[in-house]
Amino acid sequence: MAEIILQAEHLRKVFTSGKKSFTAVSDVSFSLERGQCLGIVGESGSGKSTIAKMITHLIDITEGRVVLNGKDITQVKGKELRDTYKEIQMVFQMPMESFNPRYTLGDGIGESLVNSGMKKTDVKKKVEELLVLCGLEPEFAGRYPHEVSGGQCQRAAIARALAIEPSILICDEATSALDVTVQKQVLELLIRLKKEKNLSFLLICHDLALVQAFCEDVIVLYRGEVMEHGAPDEIINHPKTEYTRKLIDSVL
Amino acid sequence: MAEPLLRTEHITICYNGRPVVKDVSFELHAGEILGVVGESGSGKSTIIKAVMGLLGKGGMVTRGDIWYKGQNVVDMPEKELRKLLGPEIGMVFQDCKAALCPIRTVGDQIYESMSEHEKVSRKEIYERASEVMGKIKLDDPKRVLDSYPFELSGGMNQRVGICTAMMQRPSLLLADEPTSALDVTVQKQVVEEMKLMRDDYNTAMIVVTHNIGVVNVMADKVLVLQHGEVMDYGPTDRVINHSENAYTRKLMDSVLHLKRNGSAA
Repeated sequence: MAEIILQAEHLRKVFTSGKKSFTAVSDVSFSLERGQCLGIVGESGSGKSTIAKMITHLIDITEGRVVLNGKDITQVKGKELRDTYKEIQMVFQMPMESFNPRYTLGDGIGESLVNSGMKKTDVKKKVEELLVLCGLEPEFAGRYPHEVSGGQCQRAAIARALAIEPSILICDEATSALDVTVQKQVLELLIRLKKEKNLSFLLICHDLALVQAFCEDVIVLYRGEVMEHGAPDEIINHPKTEYTRKLIDSVL
Repeated sequence: MAEPLLRTEHITICYNGRPVVKDVSFELHAGEILGVVGESGSGKSTIIKAVMGLLGKGGMVTRGDIWYKGQNVVDMPEKELRKLLGPEIGMVFQDCKAALCPIRTVGDQIYESMSEHEKVSRKEIYERASEVMGKIKLDDPKRVLDSYPFELSGGMNQRVGICTAMMQRPSLLLADEPTSALDVTVQKQVVEEMKLMRDDYNTAMIVVTHNIGVVNVMADKVLVLQHGEVMDYGPTDRVINHSENAYTRKLMDSVLHLKRNGSAA
């Protein structure tokens, strides 16, 4: 049995505003093995991104536990929390908006390295290596986000996430805003990284075909609840619930 | 064969002197659906903006003509073009919520757009809106008409947009990425509804999208653009499955398909 790197146990998120409350995620559990990819699919509002944000501590967890490498990181704060970011990095849907428009891509990619105390000349070299790894020319380090295309920017965002060599990459609709041809390039990059660096992925998307091409395991979410959990081929060919069947039939 | 409803002849469109659409020609007959596909920046939306006269200050059709029912839209004075837009040519945008005014009810806005073109009572408008909404399966039309855009979901707003455009029974509907912002399940419904509209009203449509799947189920003809140039133009099946153009093939190969046991796809 492969090593389990990330485990989520009975995650639950309730948003409250005044007297009203809304349960975005109720009782979601899963585990991710090293070098594997877990897909989370569902419609808007099904709680996909909320799960990603809970794992990365961008929002608080109402109930449940997140275990990283056997260590409970549900309540970590301060330095310990920063240490978990060395393991988990995130790639967002809108590449342009996730970069500071007034910094060059090189600055953005190297920021975490500078923060970790690396020397400036080493940072520059490392940034160039990362860009090449992600299929971009080293000269892209000097460009600003608005000077590159969406696909190039997304590859730079992946380079940024890889800078401190995490073991888990969470991609929140990382290819949804891209053209099909560019999407294919980014997907090929992710598959290469998975093989070469033994990275683990949490792939959040609404495209079942993408999940089938890339993931070993998939969770179907509907209104914050897990409808199905299993191998993509199994779920696509033998859906157990009415909702999953509808989702599959809707793919054009 | 009858005179086409819309015919563009070798149009070149420039923004600030830089050509973004080069030498594009196509024809559209009544009741036909044309899909326009290509990557971002390939000039898809520019073509339908040109038909609508919405190119803005920097944009201009520098060469070629656009004929709508025998009239040249390119040279038409703005006043005359405005009479066409709405009753003859309708448009559906990518984000209908953004196209609606956030502080007025949906019913108010539908009434406003209709009363621009004909003198009708609010009651009659509401009745007609309810009828069209019933067709596109918007439940409880009264609630929708009394709602503000933010009270409706993305898919509902998109259907309100389609409803507003279709209420004037246009002969031509231009749709710019009408389903791109929607979930797959909602997308399928909207696609079905647009096909139903075509069958019921014999409306011709131009659907601009980067989603090849949408084009595959909707369109009769497909136009493939790259950097403003036509790569391919012809019947949907030929372009999508048997194209001889290298770019078209690359585009089609990039589309991920769901692999299902026992199905042809």
